[in-house]
Amino acid sequence: MSSKLNIWMGFTLVILAFFLLFVLYPLGIILYQSILDPESSKFTLAYFTKFFGRAFYWTTLVNSFKVTLCATLVSAAIGLPMAYLMRSYKIPGSKYLNILIVISYLSPPFIGAYAWIQLLGRNGFITQIINNIFGIKFGGIYGFAGIVLVFSLQSFPLIYMYVSGALKNLDNSLNEAAESLGCNAFQRVTQIIMPLVMPSLLAGSLLVFMRVFSDFGTPMLIGEGFRTFPVLIYTQFMGEVSTDDHFAASLCVIVIGITLLFFFLQRYIASRYSYAMTALKPMQAVQAHGSEKFFTYLFVFGVTFVAMLPQLTVIFTSFLEMTGNGSFYTGNFSFMNYENTIFAKDNNSIFNTYVFGLCAIGIVVVLGILISYLTARKPSILTNFLDTLTMFPYIIPGSVLGIALLSTFNTGIISLSGTAIIIIISLTIRRMPYTIRSSTAIISQISPSIEEAAISLGCTEFQSFRKIMVPMMLPGVLAGAIMSWITLISELSSSIILYTSSTSTLTVAIYAEVIRSNFGNAAAYSTILTLTSILSLLFFFRVTNNKDISV
Amino acid sequence: MGVAIEIDNVVKKYGNNTVINGLSLDINPGEFFTLLGPSGCGKTTLLRMIIGFNSIEGGEIRVDGKVINKIPTNLRNMGMVFQNYAVFPHMSVEENVAFGLKTRKMPKTEIAKLVDDILDVVKIREYRDRMPDALSGGQQQRVALARAIVIHPQVLLMDEPLSNLDAKLRIEMRNAIKRIQQQIGITTVYVTHDQEEALAVSDRIAVMNGGVIQQTGTPQEIYQRPSNTFVANFIGLSNILPATTYVEGGVQGVDFGGYKVPMTNLQKVEQGAAVVVSVRPEEFFISTEGDEGLDAVVRTSIFLGVSTHYFVEMPNGEEMEIIRPSETGMLIPNNTPVKLQVDASKINVFTENGEVSLIAKAGA
Repeated sequence: MSSKLNIWMGFTLVILAFFLLFVLYPLGIILYQSILDPESSKFTLAYFTKFFGRAFYWTTLVNSFKVTLCATLVSAAIGLPMAYLMRSYKIPGSKYLNILIVISYLSPPFIGAYAWIQLLGRNGFITQIINNIFGIKFGGIYGFAGIVLVFSLQSFPLIYMYVSGALKNLDNSLNEAAESLGCNAFQRVTQIIMPLVMPSLLAGSLLVFMRVFSDFGTPMLIGEGFRTFPVLIYTQFMGEVSTDDHFAASLCVIVIGITLLFFFLQRYIASRYSYAMTALKPMQAVQAHGSEKFFTYLFVFGVTFVAMLPQLTVIFTSFLEMTGNGSFYTGNFSFMNYENTIFAKDNNSIFNTYVFGLCAIGIVVVLGILISYLTARKPSILTNFLDTLTMFPYIIPGSVLGIALLSTFNTGIISLSGTAIIIIISLTIRRMPYTIRSSTAIISQISPSIEEAAISLGCTEFQSFRKIMVPMMLPGVLAGAIMSWITLISELSSSIILYTSSTSTLTVAIYAEVIRSNFGNAAAYSTILTLTSILSLLFFFRVTNNKDISV
Repeated sequence: MGVAIEIDNVVKKYGNNTVINGLSLDINPGEFFTLLGPSGCGKTTLLRMIIGFNSIEGGEIRVDGKVINKIPTNLRNMGMVFQNYAVFPHMSVEENVAFGLKTRKMPKTEIAKLVDDILDVVKIREYRDRMPDALSGGQQQRVALARAIVIHPQVLLMDEPLSNLDAKLRIEMRNAIKRIQQQIGITTVYVTHDQEEALAVSDRIAVMNGGVIQQTGTPQEIYQRPSNTFVANFIGLSNILPATTYVEGGVQGVDFGGYKVPMTNLQKVEQGAAVVVSVRPEEFFISTEGDEGLDAVVRTSIFLGVSTHYFVEMPNGEEMEIIRPSETGMLIPNNTPVKLQVDASKINVFTENGEVSLIAKAGA
């Protein structure tokens, strides 16, 4: 018996060591640095008082809350009706709309930001049309409005997916019961449907909140004078002038505190207000008529189109011929941007993206299977702790994790800064949660008696795991791994901190090109990334054989 | 308190597919009426036409004399109990029960009183503050029932309300439903595919198949005098045997290839017409001494205390089940050749295609 225990214990300890070393220890270092005076090596709260003492700093936090709150509300205002309309009415091509909505969610937000600059920026395509028609001098949507626009369009799909999932589980007999008790259609929405999807709406909103709050690429590109908190962190750590690692560390601690708070709030709400619902007979989509049909189609197609607009813009501009170092269009079509990117000589960012991604996904799959199995089937204090620890990187902003890893492994025994390994590790731990969740979900559908049967037939515990559990888990693991993969190749916020010129990835290259105003190259890179995501997503739908995605 | 429901020649179509084509049915005031049939027979479709979840493509349904075809469900004032209970998961027991009263904008004090009363009737008063996920299936079904009847509906509709419960609870709940229905005297339409359940609760039953009503009658009529072989087979167990009719000196009867059974309750029949006879397992007698009867061999027997089941093989190789009250002494040993006689007063005779009963109507 003890030898059987040892193998699981061994796995637990090894994985635990990995996460302690690359998650908890670096975060500890950050915490330590935030309260350490580097001169005297003594405890100090000077960095925190510096932050809260000067409006120049703390207004960034206020700004962050403002954009986050607005973007979350707008996302909910778009995502909620979107989900309801898509479930209630027969909409032609709804399957493809669903895929498009997911795609618009999975592409990195900063690509949306730069695409919107192309459309509604100072010299944007739409801006020029507006100015020509109305003879005004509209200066483009930068700052607050721009950030909210990009984040809302980027995040409403999350709300949409959550609410749509809840509506799918809502049995139609609840509607019918309410109807038989005297409710009209409006009362059914307000008294039955809304309260029942509210937990999902809240859960989705809080995820949107955390995501928007910690994103730095978007406000960096489109924010201009409007500085948010993640921008402050980045500039304090990476900026060209007056960087202060200790001050950056204290900012990281603040942001960790805030995201943790929202994470636990989300967990609390999810556990407190969730209803176990499984629909025998889900709501049936009906055919809309008249003005009902007109407004439904207008909303659904309109929103999807606007959400896809950045992708379309990027793909379109990638085929435009550019001059002036890629900043201006000549008005002709060409493959020039692709020649300058894919076929450029000393360019390894595309190669890096796939190699790093595949390495990371390999580790993610192996660890994901083990972790989900250990936490689901071998519950103990250690595996419980492991479960919490692996979820940590899901909620901590990528830039914070990047800073933590870089600060920790810069020098010393384990010196990893500038290597591919540190990027692979950061990608692995950041995107592992998707695979773990999906694997855990499938384990819960496998009866423990299946393993017991294998053992009764002479397997050892590890054999039954390897021969029975792993093959049975594979569909769920694969689905999760594809989600990990898609989010991994579009990762920017930690890579931008960890990369060096030889370990640049696609997202980093796009970001750099945008900063350099080489929109041609950026568009070509983005198109490659988008195509990879779309193909992976189609593969996902093929593998999971359904059109719903859980995130 | 009860109202009559008249279903007059109704038609239900899904696209070009007609599932019910001109069905008529009268349900009496205060009656517990059951629609019974195999799955897909149209019973739930008909129920959902009554409450208004399904549109009516032809004919009309009248409740208390008023045509309800075009009245939206939420204004029909009918209570419905669903197969999966459909208890609102975000409301407590009390809120669930009060829901329909609130949508009717009833004063609070009155709601409180009505809810109290109904919780007593269905005996879930002690659970009034619980959320549905803390209730068992039977308790949830009581909530659903209370919620449906507290609004004082004209009609109570139940769609397989017991099918998600375990066997023991099913019997307990069906007794409770029957008791409550009698207590409040509301016209009730009940849908089930379980014939024993239908026999136990109903005042009258309509047996449906393929969108057509096969027979309407009291449980006894349906069981004892089925109007065709479908009903004979669907309700209880029936052995269907081929036979011919005979008329000899004013006496009519059926002839099983030599074994003649005189009957007093046959309609007027012709000599030598091919018929089928349905004999229930308990309508056979078995004799081991060779006199007249059908030849058979006992293959196996099961002793169940109250009764003993014999499985016999006929000369043509068919197996039949026979149920006899258990007697003192030995069972008939396996492989014993026996003669089977039938109880002439209980058997049913149908035309050869099984569609029309040849038994004379009682009192006719």
